[in-house]
Amino acid sequence: MNGTETESGAPKQQQTPRQAYRIIGKRPIRHDGYDKVTGRAQFGADVRPPETLYGAILRSPHAHARIIAIDTKAARALPGVKALVTARDLPRASGENPDLRHTRNNILAKAKVLYHGHALAAVAATSLHIAQEALTMIEVDYELLSPLLDVREFLKDDARQLGDDLRTDETSYNKQAATNITGHVQHKRGDPVQGFAEAAVIVEREFTTPNVHQGYLEPQSATAHYHPDGQLTIWCSNQSHFDVRSQVSEILQIPISDIRVVPMEIGGGFGGKYLVYLEPVAALLSKKSGCRPVKMIMSRADVFMGTGPAAGAYIRVKMGADARGLVTAAEAYLLYEAGAFPGSSVASGAGTLFAPYRIENLQIDGYGVLVNKPNTFDYRGSTAAIAVAAAEQVVDELSEKLQMDPLAFRALNGVKEGDCQPAGSAYPRIGYLETVEAARNHPHYTAPLEGPNRGRGVASAVFGSWDGGTSSAMARVNTDGTVDLAMGSIDLSGTRTSVAMQLAEALGIPVANVKPFVADTDSVDYTDGSYGSRTTVMTGWTAYELGRDLRNRLIQHAAKLWRVSSAEIAFADGYFSTGELRMTLKELAAHLEETGELVVSTATVSSKGLAPGSAVHIVDVEVDPETGKVDILRYTALQDVGKAIHPSYVEGQMQGAVAQGVGWALTEEYIYDDGGHLLNANFLDYRIPTCADLPMIETVILEVPNPAHPFGARGAGEIPILPPIAAIANAIYQAIGLRLGELPMSPRRVLDLLIEQDQEDDGYPESR
Amino acid sequence: MVYEMTVCSTVNGDQVELHCDARQSLLEVLRETLGLTGTKEGCNSGNCGACSVILDGVLVNACLVLAVEVEGRIVSTIEGIEQSQGLHPLQRAFLEHAALQCGFCTPGVIVAAKALLDHNPMPTEREVRYWLAGNLCRCTGYDKIVRAVLAAADLMDLSRAQVPMAAEWLPSQGRTDERDRN
Repeated sequence: MNGTETESGAPKQQQTPRQAYRIIGKRPIRHDGYDKVTGRAQFGADVRPPETLYGAILRSPHAHARIIAIDTKAARALPGVKALVTARDLPRASGENPDLRHTRNNILAKAKVLYHGHALAAVAATSLHIAQEALTMIEVDYELLSPLLDVREFLKDDARQLGDDLRTDETSYNKQAATNITGHVQHKRGDPVQGFAEAAVIVEREFTTPNVHQGYLEPQSATAHYHPDGQLTIWCSNQSHFDVRSQVSEILQIPISDIRVVPMEIGGGFGGKYLVYLEPVAALLSKKSGCRPVKMIMSRADVFMGTGPAAGAYIRVKMGADARGLVTAAEAYLLYEAGAFPGSSVASGAGTLFAPYRIENLQIDGYGVLVNKPNTFDYRGSTAAIAVAAAEQVVDELSEKLQMDPLAFRALNGVKEGDCQPAGSAYPRIGYLETVEAARNHPHYTAPLEGPNRGRGVASAVFGSWDGGTSSAMARVNTDGTVDLAMGSIDLSGTRTSVAMQLAEALGIPVANVKPFVADTDSVDYTDGSYGSRTTVMTGWTAYELGRDLRNRLIQHAAKLWRVSSAEIAFADGYFSTGELRMTLKELAAHLEETGELVVSTATVSSKGLAPGSAVHIVDVEVDPETGKVDILRYTALQDVGKAIHPSYVEGQMQGAVAQGVGWALTEEYIYDDGGHLLNANFLDYRIPTCADLPMIETVILEVPNPAHPFGARGAGEIPILPPIAAIANAIYQAIGLRLGELPMSPRRVLDLLIEQDQEDDGYPESR
Repeated sequence: MVYEMTVCSTVNGDQVELHCDARQSLLEVLRETLGLTGTKEGCNSGNCGACSVILDGVLVNACLVLAVEVEGRIVSTIEGIEQSQGLHPLQRAFLEHAALQCGFCTPGVIVAAKALLDHNPMPTEREVRYWLAGNLCRCTGYDKIVRAVLAAADLMDLSRAQVPMAAEWLPSQGRTDERDRN
């Protein structure tokens, strides 16, 4: 068919530049669109089985305390209360993996509360109001402990130890003494000392960043129904319902086969919604209430206090270049908050921050550190954005010292196929240099920018090297010529359609004739969650494999119908044909009952085909000298996505990620007092960008095909959040001659710098 | 103490009589008592706009209105936006322009945009942006939302000029149109 394959069915390894796809690259309306614009789509909080009870969680008012006693007698006696649970109700763990041990402690605190908002008890009642009233009747005896709040405290010799039973046993770190370090990752090659000795110019800078939240509009929710026969049904909005199943299974010691997780529509995730928080608690409450369904929805304050924000961090970056502008050495030291429990995202930052540059002499050390704050978790790129922000600002300063155009610097030092990634392996075919070139040639880059306090900045990123995980799907041809497509991938933003498009392309049918849906854990094979920029690429590949298999099966049916051998039948341009005879899939499907057997196929694709994307962003800002407010005047995001399956969705990913980057750069931060209490757990005081804060965001899609994917697609969803912070910081420097080493670059911070009298000559403030 | 009250109101054109507790918000009653779950709870404190509804022609956050306040008044939610002859131009424009990703903020945004176009039929981009500043979206970056609202304004202008409706705008039950929409 249509040039995507050779006649034998093997995918062509090198697509022609202007591939004539029938559906790939077009912009069909999404299959779930009607329901989403009419309010009929069912999200997690919208489900309500008969006899549902409402659950609520009691959260710690203290950042660090020992739990001496919990008195629940009065709460249990309140009319309408049907169940109450604490950590005591969780089954004893046996041989459990350490990550889940911490998840158990996080969902219901055991002996200690480790952050402001840490859950320690839960109630189910006939109304949410009664449940909330019951919470106020639970009396908890705390012994207050002083909290550890700053990762840099770990640097002191007498740092207090938070994790009583924590021994750093990850990666290369094997210390027997108690420690706050939860992990250490290191990348090292060449001789950085020698490399810096050879440098003509060196820049070394420190950066500190606060916690930010993924900020999805839909709070976490879960409804659980524990049936008397031991079967457990969970309805949830989670990025990975298979992860929910396995986590609930281990935490509650229930066999996986007894758990069915039903995925509802999900209102955003961005990496923050594939852990369990409510699901096991709701299940416990359901069992204890006499097997009634229990529905739990987090309040917005609960979401801020109780779900994993992105780590705050202290980051130090040093880079050196010779007189020609070639990088000779680079070093980075990253302290990422792990939060209250071990496990941080530092590995992603460590593997990404120098990714666009050829560097022979390199040392990167990344650490996760315990602090009395919520357990940190991933945020779109696993919080690599702050590491990239640090490196790209240092690159900007280096370019300036070299008197080189910042994009020329990137063109000179940029990576291509065969060059080494920070973690050491070689890049496959990537489009970084093409993206840099496109940015240099874009009208935005050379447009005049006049007026005081205005500046333009650029930043770049390369990202997306992991094996891609596993996707499964099932497809079935119906007698009316439609094709049902059940997939295991949660649909965050339209992937049921971008995946359906790939099946439709492989089968030569209109995408409207594919009926995609997200199946529950009983109805489709194992599929990894929708994260890591994998969904359109990996589940799309699964759909492509289904298409090929269905085609072969249909050929056999046509062979029976026409009484010829399969080898005599060709399939091209949507037609099965032999000699003079031809039929569309729809016509053939009408005969399926005659030729016997269903036409159904299943496929699983695993660990292949995901390849890095590249991004370069250009931004113009204006700084108000009287208020310190930074306005975004113009934004252009360029990105190599390999192949844009549905260009509107790719544009949407880029624009949404840019908006998040703008918030991360300018307004978003968790604000704590000295006691570790979160002060701004609401959308008024935690300020994400509104419609009025942004201009139109221009997107430029480049397509340097990924040779490992049937349609050439690369992961596209995470990388566009990586450049904005540095691009904006670099633009602010051009506008007012100042670099802040701190995020966010809020009006208060910018204004403080502007009016400060004693600045250092190189534009950096004195250390605070 | 629970204060039970009876409230009579018009919701999406239907006469409704419901029992509620005096402390319940309109948001809670819409979702829990009337089963109209299209209106969403994002923050329950008036900061995100996910619960936007129209009350006697005025855009409000349902989480900040007590259910008892709608006695004798007219409430319009996302479920009432659809027209008898199919999707409202705003809904069609949102689909055409891919102005939604997760779709959670979408009901609130569409209701808010309708309130805008009801009293300002040809807004500028700036007017759209400031009107929608009370509706947070984390997925889209707002670009396609603004384009969709401006496009809907154009569509509504056309239909006011009595241009016959093309067949593709009739309700298609979510099926995609095969034609190239580039």
